[in-house]
Amino acid sequence: MRRQLPLAICFVMGVSMVVQFFIPHRVSQEFYRTILDWYRIVFAFSLVLGTGTLIKVHWAKISKKSKGWQYSIITIGGLVFMLAVGFITGIQEGTLFMKIFEYVEVPLEATMFSLLAFYIASAAYRAFRARTVEATLLLIAAVVLMLGRIPFGYYLWHKIPGIAEWILTNPNMAAKRGIVIGVGLGMISTALKIILGIERSYIGGGK
Amino acid sequence: MTTIVLLTLLYLQISPPKDVRVFDTPNDAGGSITITWESSPDAEGYRILRMALPDSVYTPVDWVDAATKRYVDKVEDGVKYRYIIRTERGSAYADSEPTDEVWSHGNVFHRGRTNVLIGVAVYTTLLLSFIYFAKRGKKLFVRKIAGLDAVDEAIGRATEMGKPVLYIPGLSTISDVATLASLNILGRIARKAAVHGTRVIVPNRNPIVMPVCQEIVREACLDVGRPDVYREDDIFYITFSQFGYTAAVDGIMLREKPAANFFLGMFWAESLILAETGASTGAIQIAGTDAIHQLPFFITACDYTLIGEELYAASAYLSREPLSLGSLKGQDWTKLIIGGLIVAGVILVSFGSDWFLGLFSS
Repeated sequence: MRRQLPLAICFVMGVSMVVQFFIPHRVSQEFYRTILDWYRIVFAFSLVLGTGTLIKVHWAKISKKSKGWQYSIITIGGLVFMLAVGFITGIQEGTLFMKIFEYVEVPLEATMFSLLAFYIASAAYRAFRARTVEATLLLIAAVVLMLGRIPFGYYLWHKIPGIAEWILTNPNMAAKRGIVIGVGLGMISTALKIILGIERSYIGGGK
Repeated sequence: MTTIVLLTLLYLQISPPKDVRVFDTPNDAGGSITITWESSPDAEGYRILRMALPDSVYTPVDWVDAATKRYVDKVEDGVKYRYIIRTERGSAYADSEPTDEVWSHGNVFHRGRTNVLIGVAVYTTLLLSFIYFAKRGKKLFVRKIAGLDAVDEAIGRATEMGKPVLYIPGLSTISDVATLASLNILGRIARKAAVHGTRVIVPNRNPIVMPVCQEIVREACLDVGRPDVYREDDIFYITFSQFGYTAAVDGIMLREKPAANFFLGMFWAESLILAETGASTGAIQIAGTDAIHQLPFFITACDYTLIGEELYAASAYLSREPLSLGSLKGQDWTKLIIGGLIVAGVILVSFGSDWFLGLFSS
């Protein structure tokens, strides 16, 4: 029963959502909206659950003085501080909460994102080493594309931007579409296996 | 004087819109009627007039410019209506003939999705057929996927080194099929890790995915008879912030130094930051995603990468269950059919036949 019930719920809901996709009637739309509302409600409660585990994990680290426990103090301190500020000042535009968000959180995220430039440089160095025929082709395509995107490429040879565009819209697009078709079929197959209960490792079943 | 008046009247005479048609808007939830017409050369704009039966008075609903030839009116289901489209130019106007009675209702089938329904039906039939053959014991060949063959090696290495395995189930929600595929793989990996008594750390960005991950790992440990291996604190929520999560996972990789990193699921711009940091710690890295734009980053920075559909095939491949393998064969045959359709489409369109394309439009 412990396994049959989730499988039965999964089957009923899965089939209902597939059928709903083909029915534009108001009843069907209402059903879909209700499901979305439920999803939002579950998400809100799961946030509380998630925050609870966050506090639990970091509290355990602090009390056991595990490696890097000082960072856990900052995590819990930051969480409590932002909660307090949010409750006291509100979260509207211009409040202290929003100022902290705009001038601390957003720049911190931007900093992480901007690190990507350095990572791309190191990854590109590894990817573009011409050690095999395939890697050499990749290197040539990458150089043409990079030149095709800057005025200097046009200055070198006026046809380079056109060649770069051709690489993007033909071989590149063909490969992308091949992957997309496979992904689409894989998605339907996975969904079908879950709905039919063939794939049940998510509830601990199977070998 | 009479001549001037007649000439003025002739000048002011304008033609009404022609061929006015009304019908219940197709493929909708109801509550709307669509009106179409052929434009009048004299129009500055059109006024839509509506009469709800049994009333006998037309009331203006809206005004649209001269370029408009189609109007969707929001109405009450089941009530009968008649419409008049009025051509307006300055103070002059000309009314069309009143339309037939029309009423709206919700549609029970979206006809624009008939081709999708047929496609899904064909695909489902193929999948179920191969699953049936697999169930009857037919041997099915599945090509080798290096990234999945390396899973045992990665977990074995972590066990030997006494270090944990880090599993990232992507950054998307539970409703994303890539996340579901990743959770299926997590079940397989957690099972193998539990057999060896190896820790599996699963940091989560989505609070709904987190309890599902906890349950999967717990069930996997129970299934192999190692409930002692399960540590709830190893599967935790970090933050919903994309780069906040990335920073935290980078920190975990640098502090805990996992021997194997799995990045399986949906990823965005953080993919390379995670994979490069993992590579710098010397861990075996296996990635898999259906996000096309992140694949090059994973291919560059990870030891093995599951490309697109391989992510969805992984659970079946790892379990070797005949039923799951049957579905893989169904996928392959469907790809063959799609390939055939693409070739047929290219040939037909090249020879100027467009009806084939129409089969695939909504």
